[in-house]
Amino acid sequence: MGVAIVTPDLESAPRRPGRVRTNLLPYALIGPSVAIIAGILAFPLGMLVWLSLQRYGLRELIAHAGEWVGAANYQRIVVDPLFHQVIVRSLLFTLACVGLTVILSTLIALLLLKVSQAVRVIVMSALVFVWTTPVIVSVDIWQWMFDYEFGVINYLLTQLHVGNFIHHNWFDNPIQGWSVFVVIVVWGAIPFVTITLFAGLLQVPSDVIDAAHVDGAGAWQRFWFVTAPMLKPIFLIVTCLSTIWDFGVFTQIYVMLNARPSADYYTIAIYAYRESFGVTQYGMGAAIAVVLVLVLVVVTFFYVRETVKVAEIA
Amino acid sequence: MIAPGTAQGVQTGRARAATQVGLRLNLGERTRQLLYDATGLAVAAVMLFPIYWMVATAFKPGHDILSLTPKWIPAPFTLENFQDAITRPYFLDDVKNSVIVVGVMLVLGLTIAFLAAVGTARFGFKGRTAFLVMIIGVQMVPLNALIIPLYLMLDRVGQTDALPGVIAVYLAVVLPFMIWTLRGFVANIPAELEESAMIDGCSRVGAFFRITFPLVGPGLVATAIFGFIQAWNEYIVAYVLLSSPNNQTLTIWLASFTTNHGPQWGPLMAGATLTGVPVVVFFLVLQRYLAGGLTAGAVKG
Repeated sequence: MGVAIVTPDLESAPRRPGRVRTNLLPYALIGPSVAIIAGILAFPLGMLVWLSLQRYGLRELIAHAGEWVGAANYQRIVVDPLFHQVIVRSLLFTLACVGLTVILSTLIALLLLKVSQAVRVIVMSALVFVWTTPVIVSVDIWQWMFDYEFGVINYLLTQLHVGNFIHHNWFDNPIQGWSVFVVIVVWGAIPFVTITLFAGLLQVPSDVIDAAHVDGAGAWQRFWFVTAPMLKPIFLIVTCLSTIWDFGVFTQIYVMLNARPSADYYTIAIYAYRESFGVTQYGMGAAIAVVLVLVLVVVTFFYVRETVKVAEIA
Repeated sequence: MIAPGTAQGVQTGRARAATQVGLRLNLGERTRQLLYDATGLAVAAVMLFPIYWMVATAFKPGHDILSLTPKWIPAPFTLENFQDAITRPYFLDDVKNSVIVVGVMLVLGLTIAFLAAVGTARFGFKGRTAFLVMIIGVQMVPLNALIIPLYLMLDRVGQTDALPGVIAVYLAVVLPFMIWTLRGFVANIPAELEESAMIDGCSRVGAFFRITFPLVGPGLVATAIFGFIQAWNEYIVAYVLLSSPNNQTLTIWLASFTTNHGPQWGPLMAGATLTGVPVVVFFLVLQRYLAGGLTAGAVKG
């Protein structure tokens, strides 16, 4: 906890005698935050686990009391073939989205180092515009662009002789439908990841890269052996955050399919939502949501550990 | 015959060759730069096109929107779609709700997060590491997974279909990031600055407001932008918690365009433009105070 050691303790200023008060001040400062996070994030998380062990339907909702069923909800989802499909689909979707997001963003960030000042401002402004676009707005835009009758994308693909896309419905075929969602999610994710990576690239000292250049390293080698390792913490952050966002995706798919997605388009979050608010099986929904949390805990464990390490050194 | 001119000639020739090589090199470099710039502009165009298409559609009359050959530029130009969008039921109610939710959340969030940032950056105390681990850890919990218990919990205390419940949830969601970012900014300000101000006769409170507060400014702006975007754009919590149309926020109002009536592209794109504009304006107004603040605090940790 370097910060505490480096920073001289303001409390030892002579005008403040009471030692007890000195020790309580930091607790008073973090108190409100702890209360809010504990009450509105930690408590519901515990409640989620508790709910997943109950039968909690409409009757229980009205009575404000669930019926304890132990692991029954989990036993049901373990043998549920739809749940297996949903898990596999969510994982593949996440892999595609995170992979594309990180690769494309890295390329754009590297490009930003090379372009002239004016072009950099233009690209950055474009990224900020996309970044500030609300998800709902972007879903509406893409829904319009992918419209089967008057959508500009069907028109363009037909004109470019990619094929005959006149009156082509992208959501008839789940593989095409999921590709559309990959496009929407990646488009929305690129600005944040690119800007973060670009900020990181600016902090890589140029003399190190020049030295590698002099030693005969090619462009790819300079990136892979010099730049990338230095950016590792930032890559870790953006990969983890992207994984969390993409694996738990709900809004894009749910709204795009007019709040009535077919089972082909369930993600874990949509499945959990359907079970709880659609067919009022809150216990089942909670069990599915717990699986979602557990998968992400495993994935992001390394990120949390790394960040804590960095924080302790700082 | 070795005339001086020959040597002269040789030299000129060499010089010319050198300039030519230099020119060629220069030309190669310039072509490469041109290529980079062209790629950059292409990236910007691809990223911006959906947003352009939204705005262009919003200004087009209906028959130009429903045309099998898209019209790239909104001419003729109309404001009908915007009129249609803002005269739809609950537009003003929902704008007001969004402003209240975001405003209250930001004021509370920035205050509470700043206190915690000072607490963790300026003091060593027992449980500090645990607190920081919690701050990072809770950011890993997907909000979508917490919807069910949050709904049941707020239902219990009668705060579904009411703004305070939504504000509380947003507050909890943005707090960890706000604390983490602000902590980075506060930690970067040497405490000696405050101390020397106090030696020069400033009171403790005065030193804080005259020295620390202005220096944390960019951090507050960055976190405010982050919080604004999160809360203004949020959908699922508001969708689950707020059921009556006059209690909803703007994103729910916008989503109801498609979910309830089937798409009417013109008014929908106008409504989408109106929903997106405040975020851009908020960002543009505040970004000049930013000065790299957006990532500076976050990356340094």
